[in-house]
Amino acid sequence: MEPPRENSIEAHGLVREFKRGPRAVDGIDLRVDPGEIYGFLGPNGAGKSTTVHMLTTLLPPTAGTATVAGYDVVKEGPSVRKAIGAALQEAALDPFLTGREHLRLQTTMHGITGEERRERIDELLTRVGLTEAADRKVKGYSGGMKRRLDLALALVHRPRILFLDEPTTGLDVQSRTALWVEVGRLAKEEGVTVFLTTQYLEEADVLADRVGIIDHGRIVAEGTTEQLKAEIACSTVEAVPANPDQRGALVSVLERFGEQTTGYGPGSIAVQLTSSDGNLAEIVRALDAEGVVLSQLQIHEPTLDDVFLAKTGRHLEGAGDEEEQDSEQKLEPARA
Amino acid sequence: MTATALVQTAALGKRAVVRTGRQPANVIFPLIFPMLLFAVNAGGLKAETRLPGFPTDSFVAFALAVPFVQGALLATINANVEFARDIQTGFLNRLALTPVRGIVLLFGQLGGLVTIAVVQAVFYLAVGLAFGVRLQSGIGGAAMLLLLETCIALAFASLGSWAALRTGSTEAVQGLFPVFFVFLFLSSMNIPRNLIEADWFRWVATVNPVSYLIEAVRALVITGWDWQTIGLGFAVAAALSAVGFALATHALWNRLERT
Repeated sequence: MEPPRENSIEAHGLVREFKRGPRAVDGIDLRVDPGEIYGFLGPNGAGKSTTVHMLTTLLPPTAGTATVAGYDVVKEGPSVRKAIGAALQEAALDPFLTGREHLRLQTTMHGITGEERRERIDELLTRVGLTEAADRKVKGYSGGMKRRLDLALALVHRPRILFLDEPTTGLDVQSRTALWVEVGRLAKEEGVTVFLTTQYLEEADVLADRVGIIDHGRIVAEGTTEQLKAEIACSTVEAVPANPDQRGALVSVLERFGEQTTGYGPGSIAVQLTSSDGNLAEIVRALDAEGVVLSQLQIHEPTLDDVFLAKTGRHLEGAGDEEEQDSEQKLEPARA
Repeated sequence: MTATALVQTAALGKRAVVRTGRQPANVIFPLIFPMLLFAVNAGGLKAETRLPGFPTDSFVAFALAVPFVQGALLATINANVEFARDIQTGFLNRLALTPVRGIVLLFGQLGGLVTIAVVQAVFYLAVGLAFGVRLQSGIGGAAMLLLLETCIALAFASLGSWAALRTGSTEAVQGLFPVFFVFLFLSSMNIPRNLIEADWFRWVATVNPVSYLIEAVRALVITGWDWQTIGLGFAVAAALSAVGFALATHALWNRLERT
């Protein structure tokens, strides 16, 4: 009998090109250790789902290699599928089946039958809090209930590695928190390795042991959230002039303390400080000396969004949407 | 096929049946529409029985063959629209992420669809018997008729599954409906081929495989054990099934890019 393999994920130079399309994934190298929660963070269209599809064997890579649970995703697809569970981006459920019927079908597809099947289904329904709704058709489920059922379906065969593709998109805060708790428990108590894609900074911050930031199909930063924030090191000061005519004066004062960067709010000027020491008092004194009156002044500690900004020049939130708009604008002349 | 694969096929087939059963429109329409057309034809075309050489004096018995083929078509369209929806929603990907073999996914879909078509056929047969039709082939003929219906449904189902897998579009599968119906109307559904006067129509009906499916069902109802006609019906259904299955299998491999 073959000894059990490590519950890790490894990819080297992973590439996926689509016909007449862009290079969705452009040479990704990553390693996820057993029992680790790896957050794969990036805007819409960055290549997160394509990466998941390759690692879960749904899509063959154009180039590069990857092993999941010690099995090659190209050469040993069936072995990979036995070792993994996956909840993909859309909770693909049949609205006319009940939650219990979904679980019955999924267990049968995994070759689990009889008493073991009944026990496993009851256990999972309890764990995801769907016991009462188990015999109701899925078309009557809320978004959160569908996501919880999706997670239960991914777990029926006790996978060693779990892929979750944007599992909390569209969920309310309560459902999102409940899912985080369950994912955290799976990793800590059951030693399940979790590969989690998300576009939510908070989700990566709260859940992930390590984070990989992907943009345009490439990993632009990787490490623990603390390491990544430490790379940025310095805080950002953001100010809004009370009088728009003083915008120039505000910029010239703030630039004495750091490099101008993209602000969060409309009309704001933001500067990433060059020194890690808190010199807010100095900034206020300098602004006062120049007679600049402010309506707002804020200091931001480094966040994962700052890391994304530092690596890509854009904020994570809305980055995917901006690209979609850009590409539409680029198409306009062609249409005309 | 292993025992596990058989259990998986049965589970997928059951799901297709349950899903259809829970959508009243997908149950009622395939039962009622062929019966309405049957009633209209039986009432409006019964004078045909006075034509010299017409094979029976009961047009109801003559026309009863049509609902069996039409019902199989309707069941195919409905079930394969759902199959295409599985592709669109990602349900097929969910199944593809399990260790289940690709061919089992196709067998399960086809099995469910054929089950639905056979249940419908029992209904059409019951309605025919209630209207006074007596099968010339007897009780054994009824069993043979259901077996033939299974083959006819399998033929249409595999072609419909090919369309669903090839396009992944519910609209494209629905678009097959008028195409299939053209074949139905350009067949010998309303008149025996030897009595069609227009040469072009007789030629089209002769090269149209649907004619042979209808004629095989009709033989069991109005003629008895006409092995040549029945055998030809089975052969055409088998050939269409083989072509449809080969196309569907190929489309499945392309659709499931999984390694």
